Amino acid sequence: MAKSRGAAKVLVQVLAALLAAAYLIPVYMTLVTSLKSPQEINLMTAWQPPSQVNWESYSTAFKQFAPYIKNSLILAVCATAISAAMGSLNGYVLSKYSLPGRNVIMPLIVFGMFIPYQSILVPLFQFMQRTKLYGGLPGLILVHVVYGLPITTLLFRSFYEEIPDELLGAASIDGADFFGVFRYVIMPLSGPPFLVVCIWQFTQIWNEFLFAVTLTRPSAQPITVALANLAGGQAVSWNLPMAGSVLAALPTVLIYVLLGRYFVRGLLAGALKG
Amino acid sequence: MQSRRDNLAAALIILPSIILLGIFVYGFIAQTMRVSMTDWGQEAAMVLEPKVNYIGLANYSDLFTGFLNMRFRQDLTNMLFFTLLFVGLSLLAGLLLAVLIDQLAWGETFFRTVFLYPMSLSFVVTGTIWRWLLQPRGGLNVLPTLVGLPAGKFLWLTSRDQTLAFDWSHIFYYLCLGALILFSISACSHWVRGEAAGLRAKLVICAVLLGILASGVLTSIKLLPFPEQHGFNKALWGIVLAAVWQMSGYTMALYLAGLRTIPDELREAARVDGASKFQVYRYVDLPLLGPITVSAVVILGHIALKIFDLIFAMAGPDHYPTSVPAITMFLKTFRGNELAVGSAIGVILLILVSLLIIPYLITSFKAEEG
Amino acid sequence: MRTSRWLKLVGMCGALLLMFAAVTSAAVQGELEIFSWWAGDEGPALEALIALYEKTYPEVSVINATVTGGAGVHAKAVLKTRMLGGDPPDTFQVHAGQELIGTWVVANRMEDLTWLYEEEGWMEAFPADLLGLLSTEEGIWSVPVNIHRSNVLYYIPDNLAQWGVDVPKTWDEFFEIAPKLEAQGIIPLSVGENWTATHLWECVALSALGPEKYGQLWDGELSWRSPEVIAVWELFGRILEYTNPDAPSLSWQQATDMVVSGQAAFNIMGDWASGYMSTTLKLAPGTGYGWAAAPGTEGVFIMLSDSFGLPVGCRHRDNAIAWLRMLGSLEGQDTFNPLKGSISARIDSDLTKYDVYLQSAANDWRTNRIVGSLAHGVVANERFMNDFATVMDIFLASKNAEAASNAAEAVAIQSGIGR
Repeated sequence: MAKSRGAAKVLVQVLAALLAAAYLIPVYMTLVTSLKSPQEINLMTAWQPPSQVNWESYSTAFKQFAPYIKNSLILAVCATAISAAMGSLNGYVLSKYSLPGRNVIMPLIVFGMFIPYQSILVPLFQFMQRTKLYGGLPGLILVHVVYGLPITTLLFRSFYEEIPDELLGAASIDGADFFGVFRYVIMPLSGPPFLVVCIWQFTQIWNEFLFAVTLTRPSAQPITVALANLAGGQAVSWNLPMAGSVLAALPTVLIYVLLGRYFVRGLLAGALKG
Repeated sequence: MQSRRDNLAAALIILPSIILLGIFVYGFIAQTMRVSMTDWGQEAAMVLEPKVNYIGLANYSDLFTGFLNMRFRQDLTNMLFFTLLFVGLSLLAGLLLAVLIDQLAWGETFFRTVFLYPMSLSFVVTGTIWRWLLQPRGGLNVLPTLVGLPAGKFLWLTSRDQTLAFDWSHIFYYLCLGALILFSISACSHWVRGEAAGLRAKLVICAVLLGILASGVLTSIKLLPFPEQHGFNKALWGIVLAAVWQMSGYTMALYLAGLRTIPDELREAARVDGASKFQVYRYVDLPLLGPITVSAVVILGHIALKIFDLIFAMAGPDHYPTSVPAITMFLKTFRGNELAVGSAIGVILLILVSLLIIPYLITSFKAEEG
Repeated sequence: MRTSRWLKLVGMCGALLLMFAAVTSAAVQGELEIFSWWAGDEGPALEALIALYEKTYPEVSVINATVTGGAGVHAKAVLKTRMLGGDPPDTFQVHAGQELIGTWVVANRMEDLTWLYEEEGWMEAFPADLLGLLSTEEGIWSVPVNIHRSNVLYYIPDNLAQWGVDVPKTWDEFFEIAPKLEAQGIIPLSVGENWTATHLWECVALSALGPEKYGQLWDGELSWRSPEVIAVWELFGRILEYTNPDAPSLSWQQATDMVVSGQAAFNIMGDWASGYMSTTLKLAPGTGYGWAAAPGTEGVFIMLSDSFGLPVGCRHRDNAIAWLRMLGSLEGQDTFNPLKGSISARIDSDLTKYDVYLQSAANDWRTNRIVGSLAHGVVANERFMNDFATVMDIFLASKNAEAASNAAEAVAIQSGIGR
């Protein structure tokens, strides 16, 4: 009995290792291809490691991508910060204050994060044009802030609901008003929620493509568009798109590996409460 | 406890968000609906102030019955099959991975990280990498040759084979059949849980649907003047593979969190009763994972309905076998200058997503209040 | 303590945002934004032109806005969103012909350039056929920078000798050769993604219909359901049987690569493929790779032309006009085209600056009969082209010539071809 259980344990471990290897295949292929020289890339020998490591694709890709990485950074940092800040306030209000129509407001807000953006695209760019926000990063930031509000509001609300009302009551007895409670009770407890929300938003915004491609002038385009350009425009030598993919993926993958715990919490909370 | 001043402050704080979302979500949806009922897209579509005429629902009826829009109808078919396969396989893979990780003796963090990392990538990155992996004469297809096996021949993204073909003229028949299947499943679940009232209601509905199907009314409707075959394009397997690779970590995380919340006493009790390990999973864990599955279906389902970047990056916009409505919307709007038709496709997508999301939102927020 | 840190962070981001908004909205004097889809291999030619411009007008800083990828759809999406909202780039790349006229001129979004043509003496410098494609009765709407030929058949002479086949002059000859090639495990004709199939289709249509009737298709004089056109689809279907099954996953470069690496015998592509083989792959034109007119199209030149126009209400009109002036000049054309792998649109260009292939193309341009390309926006408007991609896919999936003809007829009616 004990023996067979031991065997089962080993089997589980081996199975997991095999699956992990399968999940890592794309990484292997990406790295290997990106380090080959264009002449060496051949469909038949795609799996073999490069005979000579060629870092050039990375320097070329980085040179091409640098301005777009900067755009993406500005975009993701600003939009994340603003939508997180607004989401935090909204979450506070919606979890702790009984406003009229509160039961209707929340589903209506959350619906906004599920809509297919194709259904608002045409009016959106018309609006951006009329407000002269079209084309630049500020406009794109605005769009990401607005469409990020549902998820940030939802996440903060569910975090704040776990803060006991008594804590707030005690503070208001001490004379703290709306902002006082937020500042001295809610904010000090908001560190981890902010981290969760910011990681989630940053990843989403960094990876977004549809708004990025339709709402920006080329000078303000984020990295996803640059990658699509690189990979779709000239698919001659695959080393460049692969190196580009690595560069485009690096920030979010790093965040995920370093702060995976919070990333998962965002994932779980984003699924509402079934 | 809250003063009127505080309530006022609270209302003022949330007002900007409400206004913004009101405009950007509901205002824009209304505007898209308005555009979808015009003929914007005739010759001079690109004038600064386009002159448009209202043509009611003509764009919609043309999408579903117009001769030239068979691409859109195949798009819908593709979307349906993609959604079913993607959601089903992601759930299956996620459950498998979660159970596996749950059983691991060591290395749990490592394996969890590996299975989940694709989630942090963008669809554009995933699409680019998988396009290379799925090259018909390279990538995965030549993988077997490394161990001396013959190379695979499957045309992952470019196959033009189609199976499960059906005639679009009979779409109502198939919709009715689909509804019958859904209601039968629902009836079964009522039966399992022993809810007599629910079971009776569902059985009545099933009987009605069965009657309609049997009467032949639906097959006598001529939606199109000629038969038009649509079916499952095998080229979609490539997209499904990449999408499941990317999202199965998500279902794994959900299930893993679910498994961890099941109290050990419950399992212990089952084991004491003589249940095997498998039986414990089957009768204790699985039923408790039901609500998680519902969440996952909704989240993955709406992602599948909206899928755009991944297919765009993997197969390109002009690839009929893997096209979906979101891509055709983009092409109609920006290449064909048919902004009204593009908007109509956008609205149809919205309706489909809403069918999935609205019941979910209502039940989850109701449950919260209760 | 902690609180104030969060607040500070939020405040800082807000300030950053405001600063950024201030920088981007302040219009800098002396800019010129050039919108195109030229990057990668086609980038250097444009960059050479820009360098020439910056040398002539050092006070203007040029913004080279290229949007590639997505088979040109991204560029169209960006351009159209900008034009719809009244924020046009200063000048943009557009195919001469219906892509220019059917989308932008009918919408009153372009400025008439007749005055510029008169000032620069371009009425005589460009062939009359080409001017016809750039004009309506109301004016001339863009400046052509190059001429490409679409109906070119490419091959590797050494490979053909080795396989014992000759270059087919007609499709019938091709059908004789093709089985021989297949017997040796060679794909007779390589094709790439969807638009390259349309590209092949126009060459097949021209050979089956002849230039006269090919032209009538676009005037609405020849019905898409006529037996002649159905025959085109049937011929096209027969040809496809000798092509690679993985076509949709290949870019045009990869389809060319198949010929170069000896996996395929022939490829039909525009003459940018010549530039790709001579510049990127370093093959010598004539010996390293060979070319001929696509089967059955000898003596006819399917042309397409990239041009730049002047959008109504662009921000730096004078700079854009200077750009157009340079594009049309002899110096501008002979700077750009040898690098791009295309020939000058002007009839007085200096042929010694061009390679062997381009000299032969330029020769044909002056002597051949000229017709316009379908796949590259010359003869049909964008709505037709977008829906024709669907027609093509209907055919690729069903191989039903009649269904494709019917669908194409319906598309032609809906998009107003020949009206």
